[in-house]
Amino acid sequence: MQPRILRFLLLVTAVSLLAACGSGESNVTSGNREGILHFGNGSEPQGLDPHVVTGVPEHFIVGALFEGLATKNPYTLEPEPGVAQSWDISEDGRTITFHLNPAAKWSNGESMSATDYVWSWQRLLSPALGSEYAYMLFPVKNAEAFSKGRITDFSLVGVKALDDLTLQVTLDERTPYFIQLMDHYSTFAVHRATIEKFGKATDRFTPWTRVENMVSNGAFRLKTWQLYRRIEVEKSDTYWDRDNVKLNGIVFYPTENVVSEERMFRVGQLHYTASVPLGKIPVYQEMADTPYRQAPYLGTYYYLLNTTRPPTDKLKVRQALSMAVDRDKLNKTVLQGTNISAYSITPPDTLGYYPPKLFDYDVEKARQLLAEAGYPNGEGWPGLELTYNTSEDHRKVAVALQQMWQDALNIQVTLTNQEWKVYLDSITEMNFQIARRGWIGDYVDPNNFLDLFLAGGGNNNTGFASPDYDAMIQLEAPQAATREERYAVFYQAETLLMEQMPIIPLYTYTSKHLLHPSAKGMPPNLMDWTNFKYVWLDKDWQQASKGD
Amino acid sequence: MTTQTISDIAQAEQGTSLWKDAWLRLRKNHLAVFGLVLLVLFVIIAVLTPWIAPYSYQAQNLELGASPPSAAHWLGTDIFGRDLMTQIMYGGRISLAVGFVATAVALLIGVTWGAVAGYVGGRADAVMMRLVDILYALPFMIFIVLLTVVFGRNMLLLFLAIGAVEWLTMARIMRGQVQSLRQQEFVEAAISLGLSPATLIRRHLVPNALGPIIVYTTLTIPNVMLLEAFLSFLGLGIQPPQTSWGLLISYGAETMEEFPWLLIFPGVALTLTLFSLNFLGDGLRDALDVRGAKD
Amino acid sequence: MWRFISLRLLQAIPVILVVITVTFFLVRIAPGGPFDSEKAVTREVKAALETQYKLNLPLFQQYTAYLGDLAHGDLGPSFKYPGRSVNELIAAGFPVTAELGFYALLVALCIGGLAGIIAALRPNTAQDYVPMSLAMIGICMPSFLLGPLLVLIFGIHLDWLPVSGWGDIPGDKILPAITLGAGYAAYIARLGRAGMLEVLSQDYIRTARAKGLPEWQVVLKHSLRGGLIPVVAFLGPAFAGLLAGSFVVETIFQIPGLGRFYVQAAFNRDYTMILGTTVFLSVLIVLFNLLSDILAAWMNPRLRAQFGNN
Repeated sequence: MQPRILRFLLLVTAVSLLAACGSGESNVTSGNREGILHFGNGSEPQGLDPHVVTGVPEHFIVGALFEGLATKNPYTLEPEPGVAQSWDISEDGRTITFHLNPAAKWSNGESMSATDYVWSWQRLLSPALGSEYAYMLFPVKNAEAFSKGRITDFSLVGVKALDDLTLQVTLDERTPYFIQLMDHYSTFAVHRATIEKFGKATDRFTPWTRVENMVSNGAFRLKTWQLYRRIEVEKSDTYWDRDNVKLNGIVFYPTENVVSEERMFRVGQLHYTASVPLGKIPVYQEMADTPYRQAPYLGTYYYLLNTTRPPTDKLKVRQALSMAVDRDKLNKTVLQGTNISAYSITPPDTLGYYPPKLFDYDVEKARQLLAEAGYPNGEGWPGLELTYNTSEDHRKVAVALQQMWQDALNIQVTLTNQEWKVYLDSITEMNFQIARRGWIGDYVDPNNFLDLFLAGGGNNNTGFASPDYDAMIQLEAPQAATREERYAVFYQAETLLMEQMPIIPLYTYTSKHLLHPSAKGMPPNLMDWTNFKYVWLDKDWQQASKGD
Repeated sequence: MTTQTISDIAQAEQGTSLWKDAWLRLRKNHLAVFGLVLLVLFVIIAVLTPWIAPYSYQAQNLELGASPPSAAHWLGTDIFGRDLMTQIMYGGRISLAVGFVATAVALLIGVTWGAVAGYVGGRADAVMMRLVDILYALPFMIFIVLLTVVFGRNMLLLFLAIGAVEWLTMARIMRGQVQSLRQQEFVEAAISLGLSPATLIRRHLVPNALGPIIVYTTLTIPNVMLLEAFLSFLGLGIQPPQTSWGLLISYGAETMEEFPWLLIFPGVALTLTLFSLNFLGDGLRDALDVRGAKD
Repeated sequence: MWRFISLRLLQAIPVILVVITVTFFLVRIAPGGPFDSEKAVTREVKAALETQYKLNLPLFQQYTAYLGDLAHGDLGPSFKYPGRSVNELIAAGFPVTAELGFYALLVALCIGGLAGIIAALRPNTAQDYVPMSLAMIGICMPSFLLGPLLVLIFGIHLDWLPVSGWGDIPGDKILPAITLGAGYAAYIARLGRAGMLEVLSQDYIRTARAKGLPEWQVVLKHSLRGGLIPVVAFLGPAFAGLLAGSFVVETIFQIPGLGRFYVQAAFNRDYTMILGTTVFLSVLIVLFNLLSDILAAWMNPRLRAQFGNN
């Protein structure tokens, strides 16, 4: 035993010394030289099939591998040509004709054609595939009916290949954000022959997305996929705009643990982190030339109020609870000043739309409302339970609010944290009194937030139901001829919603990342979206920053 | 060997003297006495906390936030501006209760199960130990999630859930000890004297296997205190603003660079408890060691 | 001996069957399904998904179908990772976790075993207190604390070792192995010391000492075997438990091991993955408990005699 121990100790010492001598070049240094971006991607993607996956990490990888009919400019978020080099929108806004770029090719060299889109959209909308994002195409005529199995003849759906390079889409009504949807991965084209080689079009789990099988059409193509380790993509030599692609490749890391991710960044293993631990933010904010980057993000953090259960079935109780929350203080202290106080559901400046602000932090008013509801100074308060899914940040907010309510209204609120799936079950079954919730927009339009609260909607979760509200969102807004008119309808609807206070809005999200100074072309934007085509690495970033 | 066997049986007949002797021996072990005193002190503080805590455990001062130790807050404050010393005192109530009760549950089940399996042997032993294997293999997390859903949140349940997983290794260790003791002459002598199996297990096998059991128990207590934090994460444990040492340590670990005191002080509380337990455990082991005492 | 082993292996069949059955129904009762997500899934989509994964069949039929597939060694497709089979995921993760566990146990046995023996030789002296105090600090340092601390010291401040990864950069296996091994080392040290003390006070050791044998011979030849029995009893389940226990270390160091799959499968309600990893785990537990029992028997001369009689 003893000699073995000795040998082991020697080995450990030797290896540590070895590592100490040459821990070598960091990923960032080698990456800058070779044009490889090292990207912290948050978690292992579920998969890479654009019609099956959901979620942000998947979005980035699929976005590098595929391209939609239109893409977004990362600086302005305005649509830009993608597979389609141009598009025409008819007078009534209901017919859109896409003209495909003749140079657009699949990674196996085949040219792309309009029929690829017809087939792909049929796949997305097929009930058997069970795509969670099928609703993205519901503005298209008869798409919803086909997706729900009410019609089975796909030729009735409003998408036609007029010729190889012309795709005509017919919509039910004017949909100003439709071009934006062409950049969502669910509407991407997939390669028919490859998918059919491995099974039916509607099979969710065939191996067509493996490295050796994958055919894609984006600026990059799949190079390696090591589970839970890394996914590497390399520049595609068949991409139509390859001359403008500056990176030679990207390595995506499933950085699940935010603390570890921040440390990887600190030792130069990453150019970009998916998030930043809350406790570290003040440290980074104080740094000169900080790599910390924070920008408004299209999402709202709020609490659901169950309007079907006492005591939150009383409007005055809901208003009292909402008014007694000092959002600015919460933000400045517990949240380290990283978010923006919110008083309504739609984030401010959602493509020029600003939500109404019907109330403010007002303890006196809150106490008065609570008294009117029958609980003067908290007397006779039946107690209230606040449910949130287990997470450090949710806990911090809940603990702070618990005390704010206690101090302002003299009422007891108990906290219950639940494991993720239990929590999801609780909110869908409406088995809660107050529950934490967040919503991140899929496209930049107030509609994406306001249609949450349609009566009986799957993401409503509050019991709020108003025929007037539904009529405004579903009938009036789509009929509006101009953006101003449409926004006026939304404003009216949102006012109605917040008068009923089925939610307690808390803050508008911000995106938070660490970005190495050598990584360029990744501007902050409301969608927190990176178009990898625009990204480049500055080998001489140190000289550049010294010159400043 | 024969003298020992006879004195052993003699002792079994007057069980009280064994404990009295042990107490006398324990008192001579200074470290063990120190451990005992410290533990008793912790328990007293825990019991008296609601009356002696310097601050309210939930009163926040958000503007103050996390502040290092100062005259007003001896151990500093957490991110909500709550006094850390008060948090640790209240946390100790939960952690000590969970640590002692859940370990006692585990000890009771584990020792009994292991001793019976080891003593009876044969088919019963096989069935009992395979049951232990099954319990090892079941997905613990799903089990906990189900418990929370079926029974809601409940301290008693927390103790049972922890006890239910911690007894398994205890049973294996006990069984191994009993199996090896069973073959010894003094046990055979006891059997030939006509002692009933229950008496034999209680009076001879358990006391003789005490060494590893005491050690494993002292190892289990801190383990249980940390497990409680994990169960709270799954939604079974305690709820904010209530707290425990395990939770304080796991929160502190997240900000160890920015606010080290939030990790160090709860960590010191846990470590001190553990050291005391170990000194006491070792002392007990030595004091109860029948053979060692004959020197 | 062989009879004993074959008997135990035979007993493993009902054990694993019970584990599968209980787990199968346990996961179905747990709230939340594999397809629940933050954005509500429409009824139609959910129905389509359930059809694709055959969750629409009666529960008992699903159960028998699962057993049938299992008999062919097929653990089914993962629900969370479309396009991946559970077999493939386990095959990818297990070698990593096994390697990590092996290094961790090596660390634990060398450090813990040595500390325990050294301490037991001179009880209640500095030679006892110093290693035992270190062991206790090891127990007070759960891996979620020790790991980040080691990374901070050796990875960031000293810049000697990589902060994460597995087999990507030379030396990146050292910190995870030490982090995982430290807790076990502490256990082994404590249990080893107690076991050794027990044995060292036995008559045959006294006889050996009285015969004038050198101390190291007394320790190595006569006491080590008996003294480490509690350690061995602990090691069996501990090694199998590494699978679940390595989750924290694998997360901290971003290691693509089975521990992460095992724990995340439960969070994701990935039914087939939970079942697959649990079946795999139960096989390991049966094997390692058997191995530890055989070892214990081999170390205990009296039990060995019993095997001979069988």
